[in-house]
Amino acid sequence: MQHTVTIEDTGERYACAGEESLLAAMARLGRRGIPAGCRGGGCGVCKVEIVSGEFGTRAMSRDHVDDADRAAGRLLACRVYPASDLSLKVVGKLQKSVCGVVRPVSSVTPPVTR
Amino acid sequence: MAMTGVLRPGHAQVRVLDLEESVRFYRDVLGLVETGRDAQGRVYFKCWDERDHHSYVIRESDRAGIDFLGFRVLDKANLDRLEAGLKAYGIATERIPAGEMLETGERVRFTLPSGHVMELYAEKTKVGNGIPLVNPAPWSLQREHGIGPVRLDHALLYGPNVAEVQKIFTEVLGFYLVERVLTPDGNANAAIWLSCGQKVHDIAFAEYPEPGKLHHCSFLMESWEQVLRAGDIMSMNTVPVDIGPTRHGVTRGCTIYAWDPSGNRFETFFGGHLPYPDYETMTWTFDNFGQGLDYPQRKLHETFLTVVS
Ligand code: FES
Ligand SMILES: [Fe+2]
Repeated sequence: MQHTVTIEDTGERYACAGEESLLAAMARLGRRGIPAGCRGGGCGVCKVEIVSGEFGTRAMSRDHVDDADRAAGRLLACRVYPASDLSLKVVGKLQKSVCGVVRPVSSVTPPVTR
Repeated sequence: MAMTGVLRPGHAQVRVLDLEESVRFYRDVLGLVETGRDAQGRVYFKCWDERDHHSYVIRESDRAGIDFLGFRVLDKANLDRLEAGLKAYGIATERIPAGEMLETGERVRFTLPSGHVMELYAEKTKVGNGIPLVNPAPWSLQREHGIGPVRLDHALLYGPNVAEVQKIFTEVLGFYLVERVLTPDGNANAAIWLSCGQKVHDIAFAEYPEPGKLHHCSFLMESWEQVLRAGDIMSMNTVPVDIGPTRHGVTRGCTIYAWDPSGNRFETFFGGHLPYPDYETMTWTFDNFGQGLDYPQRKLHETFLTVVS
């Protein structure tokens, strides 16, 4: 069944089926760089904050989602499956690709340069 | 060349978020051979052409990433010699008793300044590759299951203090530097590729602020054709692919990077040039890192620098 997901930061909406992750469906918006990560809950690049709505999750790495994150609905979009319409905010690394936010130079410098 | 010290990366232990989903992936999609399970719940695999009991071990955890990488050394005398060398260099070592890992002798464990746990060991049961040692056939039916790589080839690890790590591998463990990528200012190495034999690399490191990160474990394919076939099998199974199929400038190897179900990147790899210890190191400037990563596309894919587990 299709649900509607609202990205609060931009007001954009997209359809997401219950068996599809929030990230996979968001990628169809065609924004450059959205599905950039591992899609397995291990790398942490796809973090979102679920503001409202019902959903189910699959396992995700505690390196990126601790108990406080879980309680606040800050989860990895590649491991969240909607069970109703829901709205979310993008946080962390996803912010740049979704909102086009220009982040401070330090956070976009290739990490290999330390 | 006589190889008398460290021979090869002999096992990697990787954390997965869902054990049975990962077993299905590694066994049926990547096509590794499951060789055992232990009381800790770890599942052991080998590639079809490997002769030792296992080369890749997975463990269920609430975090993805790598626990440790173990190197096979020639014999016990070399294990003692290399451990003494590490201690003399100022690195603390620990002996893990024989049998802690299935069919494996005593292991010498130590932690690199990059935060990665390394092991050396001299004994692991030879279970063979299913092909007789007398009048062997070129392959067995195990090769025809899934992607079917021939061996665990190398790993690329991300962490701090790569210059220190390089010294330990070259001055203590007998590796040599095959290739490197310079930092933008050209004063240090952003990434290094190290060999202990005549493979183009047995291990590689890239400078990264967070310690102990896994970039990928790499599995060797027999041909470029087999790398393309691996790509077909990945897509048939909707495995998320990161980069490729393409060819690296660094190492000249053909590659696909993709992710396991827990977000641990792995590589299907073929080829690469054959270095000798007397060869001079090849150097890539940072502005040519894109060619080093993806030679045809000349593209420094962002995920290469930012997505690790
Ligand atoms: S894309 Fe890696 S955790 Fe979601
Ligand atoms: Fe590699």
